[in-house]
Amino acid sequence: MNYQLEINNITKSYGDLKANDDVSLNIKPSSIHALLGENGAGKSTLVKIIYGSLMPDRGEMKWLGKSYSPKNPFEAREQGIAMVFQHFSLFESLTVEENIILGLDTVGLNENFSEEILKYSKQYGLDINPQQVVGDLSVGARQRVEIIRCLIQNPKLLIMDEPTSVLTPQEVADLFITLKKLAKDGCAILYISHKLEEVREICSEATILRGGRLVQSCIPQDHSQIELAEMMIGKKLTELARSNISVGSDIFSIKNLSRKSDDMFGVHLHNISLTMKQGSIVGIAGVAGNGQDELMELLIGEKSSSSDVLSFDGEDIGLMNSHERRQLSMFFVPEERLGHGAVPDMTLDENMLLSRPESEGMTSNGVIDWKTVTSFSEQVISDFDVQTPSSRMLAKSLSGGNLQKFMVGRELIRKPKLIIVAQPTWGVDAGSANNIHQALIALADQGSAILIISQDLDEILSLCEQIHVLSEGRLSDAVNMKSDGLEKISQLMVGGEKQ
Amino acid sequence: MIKLIPRVENSKAMIVLSPIIALTLTALSAFIIFLFILEDIKVSSVFFTLFVEPLTDSYYFSEILAKAAPLIIIGVGLSIGFRAGIWNIGAEGQYVIGGIAGSAVGLYFYNVEALWLLPLMAIAGILGGMFYAGIAAFLRIKYQVNEILVTLMLTYVAVLFLSAMVHGPLRNPSGFNFPESRIFHDSALLPIIWEGTRLNISLIIAFFLALVAWFGIKKHMFGMQIKISGSAPRAAKFAGFDDNKTVWLSLLISGGLAGLAGLFEAAGPAGQLTPGLPQFYGFTAIIVAFLARLHPVGILFSALLIALSYVGGENVQIDYNLPSSIIQIFQGMLLFYFLACDILIKYKVVLNKN
Repeated sequence: MNYQLEINNITKSYGDLKANDDVSLNIKPSSIHALLGENGAGKSTLVKIIYGSLMPDRGEMKWLGKSYSPKNPFEAREQGIAMVFQHFSLFESLTVEENIILGLDTVGLNENFSEEILKYSKQYGLDINPQQVVGDLSVGARQRVEIIRCLIQNPKLLIMDEPTSVLTPQEVADLFITLKKLAKDGCAILYISHKLEEVREICSEATILRGGRLVQSCIPQDHSQIELAEMMIGKKLTELARSNISVGSDIFSIKNLSRKSDDMFGVHLHNISLTMKQGSIVGIAGVAGNGQDELMELLIGEKSSSSDVLSFDGEDIGLMNSHERRQLSMFFVPEERLGHGAVPDMTLDENMLLSRPESEGMTSNGVIDWKTVTSFSEQVISDFDVQTPSSRMLAKSLSGGNLQKFMVGRELIRKPKLIIVAQPTWGVDAGSANNIHQALIALADQGSAILIISQDLDEILSLCEQIHVLSEGRLSDAVNMKSDGLEKISQLMVGGEKQ
Repeated sequence: MIKLIPRVENSKAMIVLSPIIALTLTALSAFIIFLFILEDIKVSSVFFTLFVEPLTDSYYFSEILAKAAPLIIIGVGLSIGFRAGIWNIGAEGQYVIGGIAGSAVGLYFYNVEALWLLPLMAIAGILGGMFYAGIAAFLRIKYQVNEILVTLMLTYVAVLFLSAMVHGPLRNPSGFNFPESRIFHDSALLPIIWEGTRLNISLIIAFFLALVAWFGIKKHMFGMQIKISGSAPRAAKFAGFDDNKTVWLSLLISGGLAGLAGLFEAAGPAGQLTPGLPQFYGFTAIIVAFLARLHPVGILFSALLIALSYVGGENVQIDYNLPSSIIQIFQGMLLFYFLACDILIKYKVVLNKN
């Protein structure tokens, strides 16, 4: 059989670390091929080699049976390989058409360009207006621009890196229709993801990597989601279940919180209200950029709100800063790791002190007791399985997932009465995500309240009993999952969003 | 082609080696410059006068210590602000205003001899420096005015203000119209700690201040606050630190210490208020602070090194008739190479054969 792309025995090392170790995979023409693996499994390295931004140490590739070794992405694109990156590279102030022209290697201002764009737009159901300014588009629409930008170059292989991580369920469904149609028309797709449900839905083949090595190539429909996940992480997953849902009295409430954003591109918050009970896990779903950052700032106390808006455990906390809120046993994990939840150039010990309730003896009258600090950080490192040689390592030397475990652990060992977490498992591998989720559930079982703000809908659906949706700075009422379900959430997520 | 590749961890060897490399490069460059500007003189003898001779003679040595004291006091204050990312580069101005304020107190009590006079002058000096740096803090917090510009420009105002003071209100009434104040009497002068030299108690105070700063930075949340505010402002908010407080504290501490150094100069080596009070210490202390990588104890050493270049530089001027800017070239090169070599701590150099 002729393959579109054959990859044979690719090895690539960074120093002692083998990012790819003897990896082989074959992509059939017109197939949608999943590349599965946790963070650090070697997916990105492999893709960079295919796309010409990295050269392998050993191994060879064949493109349509001929030897293929691109020296740069330009050569890869010439052969018909295109890639949609996880982080888009669009100019917000330019129109869709201008962005697409700028992305082309062979520069030529063709006056019929918007017709060309509309042609692809119609053919593949990629709804887009070429004259619209990209800054006004939703995330899903921006992704469509990126896809059209690739399609115009008539690719034979389209690489998509975690394409659904930022989309609403409806947008995901639309994307899948497009991808299936593309494959049918002869463009093979290499689909990088760790969302197994999706992979089982649209991919005809899957290659699983773990620790840089090939685990298995299989047909995803032959395996259950759990089997795939276990292949990916190499160990058994623990089922998430709450042992004790005994919901107590109200502990935290937001009453008509409104706030104009100071930032020109920020989102204004309108009349946000929410009540949480002890022992409950509440989720706020929504697409990024709908007010999550602004809301989080107010909840942490980085910006103070007015009085009578936020109350916790019977106290009005609106005017308190984060340190004062922590004294009441309210803890936080922000979304951004480096520079917000942790200081990159400081050690883990020093980072412990960002969150330092006075009762724990890490400081007294401002004088730091480094021994106590170290014992706390060592406890976090062992309890949350943070991979690091010592607590004296700089925060930036840890991988994203490990630092996330440290940050979540730092707050969770306080046994907070309320913990507010933004994107608890963002960039964390499946095994560790599972651990973090379990720790959150265990905490709720003991009667603490947990508020999760996440773009990962699966995460919210699997953890939360009460789900709200944040859209354009407005928070919906709790969605009744029994009667309305996913469809309602999806509808709320796109809310009044511009298309 | 040469490539810089980030290291996974800071290189411990380079933390020690980079200052040595920087010193070597500075010496080499100075050597080359001397080769060009010196005609009949041996470069090696200039080097000897510049760096070795001051260490062999007890008077010169005392002068090094005396010049190191203000550099340490100002440098310690600046290092605190710099850690917080607050760039007070107008310590020279705060030094002058502190000198004027403290001297004014001394002159007001020109006929009173008492033990409390010197402490009172020191307090006035500190307050003067604080007030002057506080202007920058206020403008930054209230109107988001850049403190670099404000502190720098206020320096020129301060120097002119000094001139106005010694020509006017603070001029010695019986001084034949020279622009100088009265000479301070004994209880308004800093006690000498090394008989027969100009070395006074300010050196001991400087060491003490460096130790206090070291404690504050290493062992107290205050040190964490300024470090976090400087390297990750959002994390500082997350930790519940008040960023306005960081700005105020940084500027008030650095300004206050610069003011104290100014008073110590007036009530020490100068013994009166003269237009010659500004000695560039406020600017040189920036170099001192960075040479020490903002570490208070390191500042003790970098201040001594820079003070050595001051004393040696003066000798070179006298012995070989070289321009005084030689010292500034030397100090500038030292800072430049020092900052450049520090990159080796975080990056490794790789020769790329392609």
